Amino acid sequence: MHWSMVIDLDKCVACQGCSIACRFENNTPVVSPVEALKGRAIRWNDVFPMPVNPTEETGEYPNVTTRYLTRPCMHCDNPPCVKVCPVQATFKNDEGIVEQNYARCIGCRFCTVACPYGVRYFNWYEPEYEGSLAEHLNPDRIEGDGVLAGPAVRPKGVVEKCTFCLHRLQKARARAEAEGRAFRPDEYVPACVQTCTGKARFFGDLDDPNSTVSLLAKSPRAFRLLEDVGTHPKVIYLREG
Amino acid sequence: MLKVDAHDKTKLIDPLFAAPGLRFWLMLMGLVVVIGWGVYMYIRQVALGLGETGMNRPTYWGVYMVNFIFFIGISHAGTLISAILRVTGAEWRRPITRVAEAITAFALIVGTLQIIIDMGRPDRLLFVILHGRLQSPILWDVVSVTAYFLGSVTYLYLPLIPDAALLRDNCPETAPAWQRQLYTLLAIGWRGSRAQWARLEKAIAVMAVFIIPVAVSVHTIISWILATTVQPGWHSSIFGPYFVVGAIFSGIGALFIAMSAVRKVLGLEQYIAERQYRNLGLLFVTMNAIWAYFTYAEHLSIAAGQQTEEFPVLAAKLWGEFSFGFWAMVALMAVAFWVLVVPKLVPAAAERIVVFRPRYALASAIAAALTLVALVAPQTLPVRASLTEPTARTLGWVLLMVFLVGVGLGVSSWLKARLVTASVISAACVVVGMWLERWNIIVPTMTHARLIPIALYRPTLTELSLTAASLALFGLMFLVFFKLFPAVSIWEVAEGRVVEEAQSKVVIPAPEPSETRRLKRWGLK
Repeated sequence: MHWSMVIDLDKCVACQGCSIACRFENNTPVVSPVEALKGRAIRWNDVFPMPVNPTEETGEYPNVTTRYLTRPCMHCDNPPCVKVCPVQATFKNDEGIVEQNYARCIGCRFCTVACPYGVRYFNWYEPEYEGSLAEHLNPDRIEGDGVLAGPAVRPKGVVEKCTFCLHRLQKARARAEAEGRAFRPDEYVPACVQTCTGKARFFGDLDDPNSTVSLLAKSPRAFRLLEDVGTHPKVIYLREG
Repeated sequence: MLKVDAHDKTKLIDPLFAAPGLRFWLMLMGLVVVIGWGVYMYIRQVALGLGETGMNRPTYWGVYMVNFIFFIGISHAGTLISAILRVTGAEWRRPITRVAEAITAFALIVGTLQIIIDMGRPDRLLFVILHGRLQSPILWDVVSVTAYFLGSVTYLYLPLIPDAALLRDNCPETAPAWQRQLYTLLAIGWRGSRAQWARLEKAIAVMAVFIIPVAVSVHTIISWILATTVQPGWHSSIFGPYFVVGAIFSGIGALFIAMSAVRKVLGLEQYIAERQYRNLGLLFVTMNAIWAYFTYAEHLSIAAGQQTEEFPVLAAKLWGEFSFGFWAMVALMAVAFWVLVVPKLVPAAAERIVVFRPRYALASAIAAALTLVALVAPQTLPVRASLTEPTARTLGWVLLMVFLVGVGLGVSSWLKARLVTASVISAACVVVGMWLERWNIIVPTMTHARLIPIALYRPTLTELSLTAASLALFGLMFLVFFKLFPAVSIWEVAEGRVVEEAQSKVVIPAPEPSETRRLKRWGLK
């Protein structure tokens, strides 16, 4: 298995549904507006204008050109975050998903510095969930001997990131096993893919040459984000227009 | 029973047994208060979270990281002076080795502390050893800093053994029992026999050679923490040597300040003399030049490349939001260079010329200040409004430079007569400038990350308090250490006297008469 995501920017309407779905699926901490203004909002899946800083090309109001990009973790094949982690709190598993273990992370933030995509987030404070939000947290978690991952509520002072909803894969496998049959790759999709309004996101196994993602990856529109930094992302974009 | 020179005894040994004066207690209290405040702020930060700092996304590293690099940089003082100068047999190093070695050990403690302060989960510190990945540059750093710390503590201790024995044997009757026991313990049975001396010399010689590559590795690896990432402005092969040069440079600066403080407070003018300042000053100026060369080379390649991600970082430093810090750094380094170099070039008789008089410097300073005000005053003021034309502004900046050079020339003959003052001014400029250099490397790159809008980073009270507390801790360790141990290595200085006496018997031919006359004409001896 070699999990991969394809995002067709022609179909993306920048509705930010993926961000919201991700938030509820993965219990990402909510921060106050003051904190968000300081740049401490946590969005595993972010939607932002490209380029991120206005330049001469983007123009001035009202004559502007705006493009949006939706960005989960790239789950790089050559992840710079994994290379720098001093305690193996982040690592690439056998199926190519870059995992984050909250029980191991020492909060040195080297990975957040090393990641060129900015997909890693730090818990500056203890996560707080207000009102009904606290009552409706996703109970899923990946837990084991010295492992705390997935949507489990994070302690303060650790780094967290998009996991391609790894717990969904675990559950899909468990279901297949309980029903006594083989697991099929199409049984598992992350929450953002499931929710996407414009059906712009595709998910699947890159090892299977006939899977949707494999076929779309061959498209002449296909590109990867910041290809020049040598990270070999497994999130593949299809160019607009 | 080891004997000690009577003068050494009154100057170096007796003060250690004298009751600490009011000045000592006041300084101690002051430092403890600052450290206490820092401890409170740190406990608060641990309890609430790192959100109490000004750090954010993408500025994941801030003042703590700057302090870490700064203190580890300072720690290179000891290696340079003790190890390199010992290996090369530079005689003048003798009275300042102890101070230099103490800086190394204490700066390493304070520097390592910065990393723990910066950690989100300090309770998981041991994970670095239990689950350490040697592929991570942080583990390289753990290994090299640990090796350097153990090496430098050993290196501080080895030359201390004969001195501890001297203290043990020359304790006044009134000395408290614990102090006597401490020296007895540290002297580990030193009797000064031939075999012991041979063994000690060998150990020091081995350590001196061993510690140089370790010291080089320490700051190289710190630079590699940055350079192994692909962040704009950091991914540079020059970073290793650049950081090592900067570290030695700031280390000499710290050494100048520390040795001048020790010299002044303990009245060691006869030990730490002009010779030390002159020779160390030459090294200092050399490091300044090398540092400036590296800085220029590093920035030129970014400027010429004009890459979309890298260039905005440089632009932010040159004329953007970090320009003040950048140009302050450049100005401080230029002043540090000028203060030590130009007075050497000015002939002693120069004071007869008006531009070399301090009065002229004052006049130039006032003129420079007025020009600067006119150049940077708010647009609304009439004086600024008249200076809107680019040519006039360029002329204004040129004029400012001319006035500043005037100030420099005016004070040069005054500084020529005061080498110690000049060295301390230069060192203070460099220490501040090197802190700014680390700030200029860390923060602009952090705030100009890819795919994240340009961020703003302002250190909070927590970060400033912990920085002050770190400096205070550094000072406190110094204060306590030099209350317990002689600031000058007694036996090394005594050994130096023997060497000097032997050398004085060697006759060096005097310069040719004609050359002497030519030198005299320029006011040189």
